Amino acid sequence: MNPLNQYIELYNANREVIDAGSAPLLNALRPAALEVLLGNSLPVKGDEGYEVTSVDGMLAPDYGLNVARIDIPVDIAETFRCDVPNMSSLMGIVANDKFVPTKSLLRNLPEGVTVMSLAEAATRFPDRVARFYGKIAPLDNPVVALDTLLVQDGVYIHIADRVRLDRPLQIVNIFQSMVPMMAARRILVDVGENADLRLLLCDHSNNPDTDYLALQVIEAHVGERGHLEIYDIEASTAATRRLSCTYVCQESGSEFLGNATTLLNGVTRNEYTIDLRGERCSAGLYGMAIGSASQHIDNSSVINHRASRSASNQLFRYVLDDEAQGAFGGLIEVFPEAQFTEAFQTNNNILASASAQMHAKPQLIINNDDVKCSHGATTGQLNHEALFYMRSRGIPYDEARTMLMQAFMVDVINTVSVEALRDRLRHLVEKRFAGTLGSCESCRKLQ
Amino acid sequence: MNYELRIMNCTNLLDVRNLHASIGEKEILKGINLTIRRGEVHAIMGPNGSGKSTLSSVLAGNPAFTVTEGSASLHGIDLLALSPEDRSHEGLFLSFQYPVEIPGVSMVNFMRAAVNAKRKYFNEPPMSATDFLKMMRQKRAVVELDNKLASRSVNEGFSGGEKKRNEIFQMAVLEPQLSILDETDSGLDIDALRIVSQGVNTLKTSENATIVITHYQRLLDYIKPDFVHVLYKGRIVMTGGPELALELEERGYDWIKENS
Repeated sequence: MNPLNQYIELYNANREVIDAGSAPLLNALRPAALEVLLGNSLPVKGDEGYEVTSVDGMLAPDYGLNVARIDIPVDIAETFRCDVPNMSSLMGIVANDKFVPTKSLLRNLPEGVTVMSLAEAATRFPDRVARFYGKIAPLDNPVVALDTLLVQDGVYIHIADRVRLDRPLQIVNIFQSMVPMMAARRILVDVGENADLRLLLCDHSNNPDTDYLALQVIEAHVGERGHLEIYDIEASTAATRRLSCTYVCQESGSEFLGNATTLLNGVTRNEYTIDLRGERCSAGLYGMAIGSASQHIDNSSVINHRASRSASNQLFRYVLDDEAQGAFGGLIEVFPEAQFTEAFQTNNNILASASAQMHAKPQLIINNDDVKCSHGATTGQLNHEALFYMRSRGIPYDEARTMLMQAFMVDVINTVSVEALRDRLRHLVEKRFAGTLGSCESCRKLQ
Repeated sequence: MNYELRIMNCTNLLDVRNLHASIGEKEILKGINLTIRRGEVHAIMGPNGSGKSTLSSVLAGNPAFTVTEGSASLHGIDLLALSPEDRSHEGLFLSFQYPVEIPGVSMVNFMRAAVNAKRKYFNEPPMSATDFLKMMRQKRAVVELDNKLASRSVNEGFSGGEKKRNEIFQMAVLEPQLSILDETDSGLDIDALRIVSQGVNTLKTSENATIVITHYQRLLDYIKPDFVHVLYKGRIVMTGGPELALELEERGYDWIKENS
């Protein structure tokens, strides 16, 4: 069966159950999503913007959804066995797609900060959630439409005007299921004027051998002079497929920093669309992908400069070994109104084996004369001269290679503003290259 | 025979016999013979393109070159059979003509990896952090290397002189038996030349040896050679004492080209 149809059928057959397990606001958008999907198909490999990744193929297995909201017990202590089971005061858990409030989180949230189940928020504060739910991520993206059709819950984060969260908020997405499953979740982030949030998302699997598809849409709105950072770190399993679309809408004077890090995974497609809607915004989007075995990592970004005097910067680096496949597609579009735009994009890749593959597609569309823009993509091998230099000092070949690959990621790691997270990432990357990274480690509590 | 004994019994530190090497199809070394004993300093001079840097690269094990004939042994061990890292562990050190910049790898991590790899090779435990930092401090003093440089990425943004001093610093840390200084004087001003040479002279003992590869006599005013060899078209065409360097300085290389 056509992969899309199996999910449409699933929806049609379970419409009432799905609605009953969610909130009216989320249910209200499903018919529109269905309409889009009925006249549409999922992107296949080779389609414009999907040169190496087939969304259709990713969804081909007939994954089940937990539409009836059967409680799958999540053993949080088991998840964090590698850590002091003392939860960070600002750590939230999402089990599959269900937000699990922890007492310590709720107790420690400062005034003006809301972190709760999206379905609950949509019921309790429909006006506030309706401002941005389904308004930032467009339904004409079939992945967004599919998520909108099936999503029942997720996370709602609201930072009131002028509230600045001094610690990062960490959301751990835990997958737990003994049978192949798909989770469709939505994260809605509403950062008020002059407000400040640093958000760390990590994917974690408690059942590493079970096939799993994480379908995720993030909608984020950053108010005037607001500041938002989203670090999305994946250290999942070879059996995990991940489809994630992040949409960010920025008002005047706001700042956004996005980080897409893939350390371990199966097949991943991350899309980022950043709308610099107001003047004098700044956006930074940074990515790091480390692939070996048959990992597949595809990052795609669209930066829309819609108003004047904004700046964006992008840096994506990949190290691909064995049979790993990578793709980076980056589009910067400068609209006619966006004078004095500064937009830069860099993508550097190292192919560490003869059979690893990288597909890079940098694009610039400039509809304006008064801009400073650049893009550059390089794909090559480890520096042989550096390798020999290190070996001549006694550093063994494999160790020298690892050190060079790690060094290649330093520039991306250095863009992380949270010191504890920077140290954590450095450590994780080191372990990843040394081959000792476990799939549970990225979501340890940030000290 | 155990390792220590083998080293003790071996009078020649380096023995190069009829060494031929090429890059791609092009033969560059065409039969080098060279014997170096402990405590000696040898200078290798010669015009551009004569194969001086190739000789140092081949001895250090640069995979860009292929040895097609001949042999080279370091204190009795077949040097050519060893990987570059094992050659280093066995006591060979090459000071690069163009030290490589390695962005993202800090000098400290670089040196720690090098020191501990050598210790592992000799079945010794890694050096403790305190001992390591103490040693780094001591060795930096040999070439007056600024502490700030030690905390930066390897050679990144170093001036020409700083890069060369960094080479000698690494030499001080690794305590090689045979050091090859490849055009260490190029790009150095008089002060840097003095500091680098002093460093090399400080590290000199009766147990180790040095090969100084240079274009000019200038460096040899600071590092006094026992022997001077002239390399031309891939062969050593003349060997003499320190006076040969002075003669070359005076007469240039043309008379060598005519005579060979």
